Amino acid sequence: MNSILILALILFGLTSFYFGKSRIKKVTTNGAFEPKALPHFYGYYQALWCALPALVIISIWTVFEPLILKNVIENKIQIASLNELSKDELNLIYSQIVSFAQGNFSGQITKGIESGAITYKNLLSISQGAKIILFFCAIIAASLFAYNQINKNVHAREGVEKALTVILFLSSVAAILTTIGIIFSLLFETIQFFSKINPLDFFFGLGWSPQKAFISDPTSLTPQEAKDLKEAFGAVPLFAGTAFIAFIAMCVAVPIGLYSGIYLAEYATTKQRKWGKPIIEILAGVPTVVYGFFAALTVGPFFRVIGDSIGLEVSSESALAAGLVMGVMIIPFVSSLSDDVINAVPQSLREGSYAMGATKSETIKKVVFPAALPGIVGSILLAVSRAVGETMIVVMAAGLAANLTINPLEATTTITTQIVMILVGDQEFTSAKTQSAFALGLTLFVLTLILNFIALRIVKKYREKYD
Amino acid sequence: MSNKNKITAKQVSVFYGSKQALFDVDLNIAEKEVTALIGPSGCGKSTFIRCLNRMNDVIDICKVEGNIEIDGQDIYDNSVDVVQLREKVGMVFQKPNPFPKSIYENISYGPNIHGIAKDKTHMDEIVETSLKRAALWDEVKDRLDQPGTGLSGGQQQRLCIARAISINPEVILMDEPCSALDPIATAKIESLIDELKSLYTIAIVTHSMAQAARVSQHTGFFHLGKLIEFDSTEKIFKNPEDKMTQDYITGRFG
Ligand SMILES: Nc1ncnc2c1ncn2[C@@H]1O[C@H](COP(=O)(O)OP(=O)(O)OP(=O)(O)O)[C@@H](O)[C@H]1O
Ligand SMILES: [Mg+2]
Repeated sequence: MNSILILALILFGLTSFYFGKSRIKKVTTNGAFEPKALPHFYGYYQALWCALPALVIISIWTVFEPLILKNVIENKIQIASLNELSKDELNLIYSQIVSFAQGNFSGQITKGIESGAITYKNLLSISQGAKIILFFCAIIAASLFAYNQINKNVHAREGVEKALTVILFLSSVAAILTTIGIIFSLLFETIQFFSKINPLDFFFGLGWSPQKAFISDPTSLTPQEAKDLKEAFGAVPLFAGTAFIAFIAMCVAVPIGLYSGIYLAEYATTKQRKWGKPIIEILAGVPTVVYGFFAALTVGPFFRVIGDSIGLEVSSESALAAGLVMGVMIIPFVSSLSDDVINAVPQSLREGSYAMGATKSETIKKVVFPAALPGIVGSILLAVSRAVGETMIVVMAAGLAANLTINPLEATTTITTQIVMILVGDQEFTSAKTQSAFALGLTLFVLTLILNFIALRIVKKYREKYD
Repeated sequence: MSNKNKITAKQVSVFYGSKQALFDVDLNIAEKEVTALIGPSGCGKSTFIRCLNRMNDVIDICKVEGNIEIDGQDIYDNSVDVVQLREKVGMVFQKPNPFPKSIYENISYGPNIHGIAKDKTHMDEIVETSLKRAALWDEVKDRLDQPGTGLSGGQQQRLCIARAISINPEVILMDEPCSALDPIATAKIESLIDELKSLYTIAIVTHSMAQAARVSQHTGFFHLGKLIEFDSTEKIFKNPEDKMTQDYITGRFG
């Protein structure tokens, strides 16, 4: 329904555009007025007036129609039923009614559901009818208004500019609100979680085994349950695992990325650079799942075979494999960013150094690199935050066991892996186990936020120095 | 008053890719005197001066032909080490380009890479004499550990001059050293050049006729990649041979 309306709206809008444009020409050709803007502004003016009010009506309906319908029907159900119904029961019945009305209900059909569905359909058609009528009324009224205004040679450009500003503003508000919404939902669930689990146990506990936290009756915990609960959510192994794998990744990515960045920026000929840079950047475009199965199916087993042949015990899911592959994934970030940063070092500094009789490597080591260092540090921090938040590779290759270990050959697990593990499959939304995912998510979010913040500050400060 | 020639350039032509920027330039630079290079923008002054310490090597597409000798040694000969050449021929650029390091480190940079200083006290000495010769010592002696980029434009340029003389070169090339400076800073640098010429051979590119007249003993006038006239500064400014030189100097050019 909505899509047809929107299609119609686009058509009307386009027609309005040409209509408004030709209208202003007609109004002004007889010499009565001097037009106040180019004709296409009048086109936009007419089109915006035609489309925006109708669009507002559609959005209002989309948001409020289901809410109101639900409310009305649930009231009716409540009145019709003999005993008091809980919120969950009401929800269930309502969703049954809706799916029956839409013709895809497969459960047992009762009289109540049938009559409910009839009411639902009636209400729905009334509401939709009202929407369509209002929709067309809005289009007609607003178009007439705009038409009238154009006849009076209104300041179309100012109106259009203002409308554009408002549209852009609303878009950014929407983006910001979404972010804030996400943060708040994270916060909310995390607070719920911390009302069950002591934050100290979470941040400093050494054992992570959320599956142990099974509670039969949340209102009265048995001592055993309380103890299990206390010991189930120690996130230190996850933090350690995350840091450890990120560390291994950086051990790979920083030297290789940095050296290739230096090569590209300082040594490569224009032609090499033209080819080399995009090729390295392709690495950044490889989907992380691909890296993931590369790590899990190729690198992991490879290490195990090597380990076996020299008598080392290597688990096929190891921090080393995951970290290594993640490092490869991050190389292009480090290389591309440091290449940019090094390029931003003014040529005059290099010439100054050459003119002192310094060789190329001396110049790079003593002048270019120190000058670029803050930017390079910033780019490395950005890469770290990428590594910490990376999910797919570690899910596939790092393992699930929350070992607190610094042996790179053993399986370890990370914050992101555990979030995935907790949330796949059916979940009770209110259990401590599910909520722990939010606490982990929030921790991760804060961590990467801090890293990004510092990194961007450093990079920005450095940029200012040369601009 | 002409001294012996420190640098002799014969038939120097320079190409950027297929574009020729200099045509058969013959020019001699006299020892311990100041030679000024003047001419309209784009005529190849920078290109020429950058041939003298082989700074053009840095540019991939740049090709130099002809013969340039310093003290009778062909500097484009295969046996010549650019590093040693540039140790001997210092350069100061149009825009001050101090390294983003402390004032002290800016000066000690050259002596360090060439291993000139025997120890810390010797290095301190070098830093002090260089800054003194560049007439900057009094202004910065209390803040040697502060970044060189924090100095004023004129101070930065004198820092760059001090940096250039820290390795005790024989020749100093200056490419419009005052173009980014105000008249007071310019005057300081000009009097500095005057003092430095007792120790070093100096070649300076400038757009200011007055500056060329004030500081130099010889002047070369370039136009469209050709050396039009080269003579003592007095002759060039009082009665040039060439009509074009005359026009350029009197500002009737173009
Ligand atoms: N790196 C380069 N690549 C290509 N062409 C160049 C390059 N540098 C200089 N040129 C060309 O060589 C010619 C001479 O340039 P040069 O910089 O020597 O002029 P200039 O006399 O120093 O001018 P100005 O007084 O503006 O500094 C110009 O036509 C310029 O376009
Ligand atoms: Mg120049």
